[in-house]
Amino acid sequence: MRKSIKNLLSLILVIIVALSGCSGQAGNPEQKSEKEQIVGTEKQSILINGSTSVQPLAEELAAAYKEINPNAIIDIQSGGSGVGIKSAMDGVVDIGMSSRELKTDEKTLKEFKIATDGIAVILNSQNPVNDLTLEQLRQIYAGEITNWKEVGGNDAAITVVTREEGSGTRGAFTELTGLELVLSSAITQGSTGAVMTTITSDANSIGYASYGSVKDNANLKLISIDGAACNEENIYAGNYKISRPFLMVTKEEPTGLAKDFIDFILSDEGQQIVEENNYLKTNK
Amino acid sequence: MNEIKNVRHSRIKERLAFYLLWVFSILTIIVLALIVSDILVKGLPHISFSFLLEEPRKMGKAGGIFSVIVSTFYIVVLSVVFAAPIGIAASVYLTEYAKEGPVLRIIRYGTEALAGVPSIIYGLFGYSFFVVFLGLKYSILSGALTLTLMILPTIVRTSEEAIKAVPSSYREGSLALGATKLQTIIKIVIPTAMPGILTGLILGIGRVVGESAAVIYTAGSSLGVPDSILRPGRTLSVHLFTLASEGLSAENTYATAVVLITLVLIINFIANTLINKIFIARRR
Amino acid sequence: MIFREKIVEKILLFCAGIAVLGVAIIGIFIFREGWPVISNTGIIGFVLGKDWAPTQGIYGIFPMILGSMYVTLGALMIGVPIGIGCAVYLAEIASQRLSTIIKPGIELLAGIPSVIYGLYGMTVIVPIIRDLFNNQGFSVLAGSIVLGIMILPTIINISKDSIEAVPKEYKEGSLALGSSHWQAIIKVVLPAARSGIISSIILGMGRAIGETMAVIMITGNSTLIPESILSPVRTLTGNIGIEMGYASGEHQKALFATGIVLFVFIMVLNLLAKLIPNKVGE
Repeated sequence: MRKSIKNLLSLILVIIVALSGCSGQAGNPEQKSEKEQIVGTEKQSILINGSTSVQPLAEELAAAYKEINPNAIIDIQSGGSGVGIKSAMDGVVDIGMSSRELKTDEKTLKEFKIATDGIAVILNSQNPVNDLTLEQLRQIYAGEITNWKEVGGNDAAITVVTREEGSGTRGAFTELTGLELVLSSAITQGSTGAVMTTITSDANSIGYASYGSVKDNANLKLISIDGAACNEENIYAGNYKISRPFLMVTKEEPTGLAKDFIDFILSDEGQQIVEENNYLKTNK
Repeated sequence: MNEIKNVRHSRIKERLAFYLLWVFSILTIIVLALIVSDILVKGLPHISFSFLLEEPRKMGKAGGIFSVIVSTFYIVVLSVVFAAPIGIAASVYLTEYAKEGPVLRIIRYGTEALAGVPSIIYGLFGYSFFVVFLGLKYSILSGALTLTLMILPTIVRTSEEAIKAVPSSYREGSLALGATKLQTIIKIVIPTAMPGILTGLILGIGRVVGESAAVIYTAGSSLGVPDSILRPGRTLSVHLFTLASEGLSAENTYATAVVLITLVLIINFIANTLINKIFIARRR
Repeated sequence: MIFREKIVEKILLFCAGIAVLGVAIIGIFIFREGWPVISNTGIIGFVLGKDWAPTQGIYGIFPMILGSMYVTLGALMIGVPIGIGCAVYLAEIASQRLSTIIKPGIELLAGIPSVIYGLYGMTVIVPIIRDLFNNQGFSVLAGSIVLGIMILPTIINISKDSIEAVPKEYKEGSLALGSSHWQAIIKVVLPAARSGIISSIILGMGRAIGETMAVIMITGNSTLIPESILSPVRTLTGNIGIEMGYASGEHQKALFATGIVLFVFIMVLNLLAKLIPNKVGE
């Protein structure tokens, strides 16, 4: 009797030790580099979550940062702007990512604008429509215009695709278009990528997504709004009206690895990466 | 005359009915074949050792799924380590010790209720209890604890049946030789019921591997290799869901699906066929 | 000695009780988080409210309740006939050889993770519906088809077990009286297995209502009250799943509140399943 219980217990013990042994692998204190000594004994790992629009950019920035500071562990998760902001306020993450401006009651957070992003209105590449006015866009999403022929396209019902509530992209989109309520028959998808997938498979669909994510996608068409094409110049100049900031937010003034990472992002090097990924630098 | 007609009618009816039922039964196999072959055809060409051993890059668009496999492994092992002793102990109690009455009924109801809870509710619960309330944050541990509750009913059910199937003569013989009830259970009953118990554990593993809703909100969706059970990790099912809905890479999506389905196939095979063969052979 | 046995027995009892503890804690936490929204909006307002607009503080989940019901109903319409038919066939008619092919197939079907069903639904079934009906593809129909397939193993296994549990004498008696095999099945065996078959249907229903990931990928998650089988739709589970990752504050609590409704549905279903055998008897 004792033997099999002992066996079971030792097995459990071994597994637990093995698992915690694995935790010593990364962040091995013997490999201190100069950078690390600057960061000091602060946490070598940070957790970031939030906007799915910001996430791809954050991943690229983290990858670049880790080349300078290989011992840094930067965990990035999604969840949407709302979650990023809340997690930062709760202290559950070190940095929150947001793709919309902070609301007044969220202004207790420290915010760092790392990029500007246009929200592209995307159609399937087979759709002949090339331009919409802001008002038409609003009407489509409000359900007041339901057929492509009403805006110069084919005689086909418009499949409206939107993001879910709580998405920063959606929040920015509805605000900038003056939309009150998205029509209830709109297809709701949970992320930028999911919206893109839907548009590429439905010839009569319309959607919106972060410019940086859709720019080089050959299967999608980015239409112009009020005659202004969706590109960097127009976004900077304010001609393309649908754009929003990418923010990194923290509960307190960031320290340690978080501070170092944010400094990196705001540096020339970081901003270079922002541009390479089709987002707009904060300071031109 | 009428009787002969009736007999002929009913024979035709019977033939038709049997044919219809045969079609239904074959239909289930056809559907299975359709789904599995769709995945294999689209995914096998993209499987390679490098895919399995490389880290994911660009949020999974490129690279492999190594860290995902590791996270899945950790979560599976941890869940079983927690669930097995509790489940087996519970089933022992239910079969060997419990007396009819309200206590037994409540326990049975609890186990069945636990089995019926939808996975998204487990996700909500795991998030609010383990991640937030207990402060475990997004971590393999949070995921494993949530999954432990999820697979508990499966383990209890199968273990119970296995233990019940042990002939009472075994028990009586042991008691007759002077062993205590506990000794009998540990030395005789459980070893005899081992094949059934193991089947239950392996079915539980299969459930853990296939779970996504409960895991996303507890173990998170970070892509790095988790270096301890307190770090977040993305499992195979979660990765597949993310890749599929984001449409980042059709090849990787299907390749991941192939890995997942193969894993499930193997687990299924072991649970249903191999265990019986091994134990029956051994006993001979 | 006996003392040690007593302690062990208590430990085992505790382990057995963990399931009950688990259900209780789950219930408590879901209610704790979600109740404030329900009490603010009022139960009637929440359950019968037709508009879901969390960013404006409007929480009505009636469309989602209907969505779950329609999709589940559709799934049952597909899964029950095929499932029971298959169960009857396997239990009564099939040859050994055929059984050895079909049975592992059903086990496998049961083990396929829901994301894979979702993937298949999204890449094969939704486009077919989109082309066939010239609409958006995401629909109640897509959800019903995929969920119908997913609940097949549940229905088949449990129905088959209860059909096989019917005493042979029932069938033999019928045959002795001159009925055909088919008549014996329809008039004697199936009615006798009635309670088990109904249990399987209820369990299948529970599975369909509780499915999340596959449903999110194929129903379109629209917030309207579904107008037809080709309408896009959002289920209770989809409501939670698609917004949970992005919700915070009251919005998040509203999702927990949706969870409460779901939880209650499922508990009621479970209780129903338990009551059936007693009532129908035989």
